[in-house]
Amino acid sequence: MFPDWIIDVLFWIAVVFLAGVYVSWRATRLDRLHVRVETARAALDAALVRRAAAALELAASRLLDPATSLVLATAAHEARTADADNREFAESDLSRALRAVVDQPEFVGALTAEADGPTVLEELSSSAAKVAYARRFYNDAVSQARIARRKLLIRVLPLAGKAPLPGFFEIDDDPPGI
Amino acid sequence: MRVGIVCPYTWNVPGGVQQHIRDLAEALIGFGHHVSVITPADDDARLPAYVVSAGRAVPVPYNGSVARLAFGFLSSGRVRRWINEGRFDVLHVHEPAAPSLGLLACWAADGPIVGTFHASYEKSRVVSVTAPILQSALEKITGRIAVSEAARKTLVEHLGGDAVLIPNGVATERYAMAAPLPGWPGRGDGADGADGDREGGAGRAGGGALGFLGRMDEPRKGLQVLLRAFEILGRERPGLRLLLAGPGDADEVVSRVSPGLRGRVVVLGMVSEEDKIRAYHSVDVFVAPNLGGESFGIVLAEAMSAGAPILASDIEAFDRVLLGGRAGALFPVGDHEALAAAAGELLDDPARRKHLSAEARAAVRAYDWSSVARDVLRVYETVAAGDAGVVESGLGA
Repeated sequence: MFPDWIIDVLFWIAVVFLAGVYVSWRATRLDRLHVRVETARAALDAALVRRAAAALELAASRLLDPATSLVLATAAHEARTADADNREFAESDLSRALRAVVDQPEFVGALTAEADGPTVLEELSSSAAKVAYARRFYNDAVSQARIARRKLLIRVLPLAGKAPLPGFFEIDDDPPGI
Repeated sequence: MRVGIVCPYTWNVPGGVQQHIRDLAEALIGFGHHVSVITPADDDARLPAYVVSAGRAVPVPYNGSVARLAFGFLSSGRVRRWINEGRFDVLHVHEPAAPSLGLLACWAADGPIVGTFHASYEKSRVVSVTAPILQSALEKITGRIAVSEAARKTLVEHLGGDAVLIPNGVATERYAMAAPLPGWPGRGDGADGADGDREGGAGRAGGGALGFLGRMDEPRKGLQVLLRAFEILGRERPGLRLLLAGPGDADEVVSRVSPGLRGRVVVLGMVSEEDKIRAYHSVDVFVAPNLGGESFGIVLAEAMSAGAPILASDIEAFDRVLLGGRAGALFPVGDHEALAAAAGELLDDPARRKHLSAEARAAVRAYDWSSVARDVLRVYETVAAGDAGVVESGLGA
C-alpha cells in the first residue's frame, strides 16, 4: 500500500527522533549532575563557614588561655579569608589547629567543667563532623559529574554548555577527638 | 636582681630566639644576677641549671607555616607556678605576640614586664579577631625592645606603640680562635699559632684566599658582585682562591664562573657553626659585598670577632659597624672593579691586613653580649624602679 521509500523515510524519522530523545535525556542528566555539584558545594561552604565560626566562638569564649585563643582565631580567620587558591591549605590548617588544641591532655574534661563549655564543644564537634560529611558528598558529586563529562557523546556534542569542569576539594578534615 | 626570662620556642631546637636568650641569660648570670628561664622543652632534653621546662611544644599551623608552640592549660599552669615561685624583680618575655609561653606569661603576671620582639614581617598578622586577645596581654608590657630596625618597624606598623632598639649581641670570644679548614693556609692568627708573616702567602706570586658567607641565591647579599671581581682578580693572580659558604645551589654558582677559574672557587654550601668559624679563619680577606637591606650584618660582626681583615661595600650599616673604614676597608657598593682593586691592594699588603684585623677585633667589642646585656639590664632597672616585683595576676585579667 505505501511505497517503499515512505517506509524508509518513516524509519529514519523515528531514528532521528529517538536519538534526539536520548541526547536530550543525557543532557538533562548531565545538567542534574552539575546542579548536584553546585548544591553540594554550597552545603560544603556552609559547613566550613560554620566550623570557622565555632572555632572563633571558642577562641573568644574566655574559656581558654590567650595563646590557645590566638592559635584558633588566627587559623579560623585565615580559613575564612583565604582566596580560592589557598582555601584548601587554610582549611586543612584549621583542622590541624583544632586537633592540636582539643587533643591536649585533659582539654575536653577541663572545658566540660566550665559553664558554657559543653555547648561550645558540642557545636565544634558537630560542625567539624559536618565538614567531613559535606566534603565526601561534594567530592562524590564531582566524581560522577566528571565521569559523565568524559563520555564520548558529551565531548562530541557541546552538551555541558559553558559549565566549568568541577574540581575536587581536597583537605585534611579529620575532626578533633571530642 | 632576680630576672625571669620566657622563651617561646623549644630550647633544644636551633633558632635565633633561643640563641639570643641563652647568650643573654649567661651574660646576666656572669654579672652576678639571678636568672631563671622558662621554655618549652622535649621530655628528655638536657637543660642547663637556670632553665625550667614548661613541657613539650606542639606542632601547629600558625600563619602559613607549622610552628612548635606551647599553649593550653598545662603550659599556662606551669608558667603561673614559675612566676609565683620565682619572686622576680622583672619578667622578660620574648616574642610576646606569638601564641606561646611569652603570651601566657604576660597574661599570668602583673608587675614590671619587658618584652623583646624578634620577628619582622611584611603582612600584618593582627586582624580584628586576634587584636583583642593580643592587646590585653601586650598592654601589660612596660618596656619594649626590638632586636632590629625591621622588627621595630613591624611592631610600630602592626601592633602600634614603639620600642627601644637593642641589637643582637655577638658572642665574640666564640669566634676568636679556630683552626683553618683543611687545605687552607689560614692567616696564622688563630689556634694554629703559626706566624702571621708567611712569605708571599697572599701576595701576587703566592696563593691567597677571599671569603664570602651568606645566602648565595639572594641578590642583595651581593655574591654576583664578588664573582665579577674574581673574574678580574683570578686572572691577575693565578694562585688566588675563593671560599664561599652559605645556603644556595652550589652548581649554579660555579656555572657563573668562567671555566678557567672554576677550579679555584670552593663552595662549601651550608656549613655547621664550627666550620663557619673555621672558614672565617681560613681566608686572607673576608668580603661582604651586600647591596643593601642589612640592618646590622651579623655575618660581618662574626668575621670581625674572628679577626678577619674585612672588605665591605660602603652601605650605611657596614660603614657604621666598620667605623667609617677604620675597622675594615670599604668599596663603593655594587662596583666590582673597585672591589677587585681594593682586594688586590689588601692581598699585597700583609701589614695593613694585620692592622685591620686588630682594629676589627677591637671595634666588635661594642657588639659583644656583655655590652648588649648591660643595655638590657638598664631597661630592667628602668621598668623595675619603685615597683614591688612580679606577682601572679588574678585569673582572666
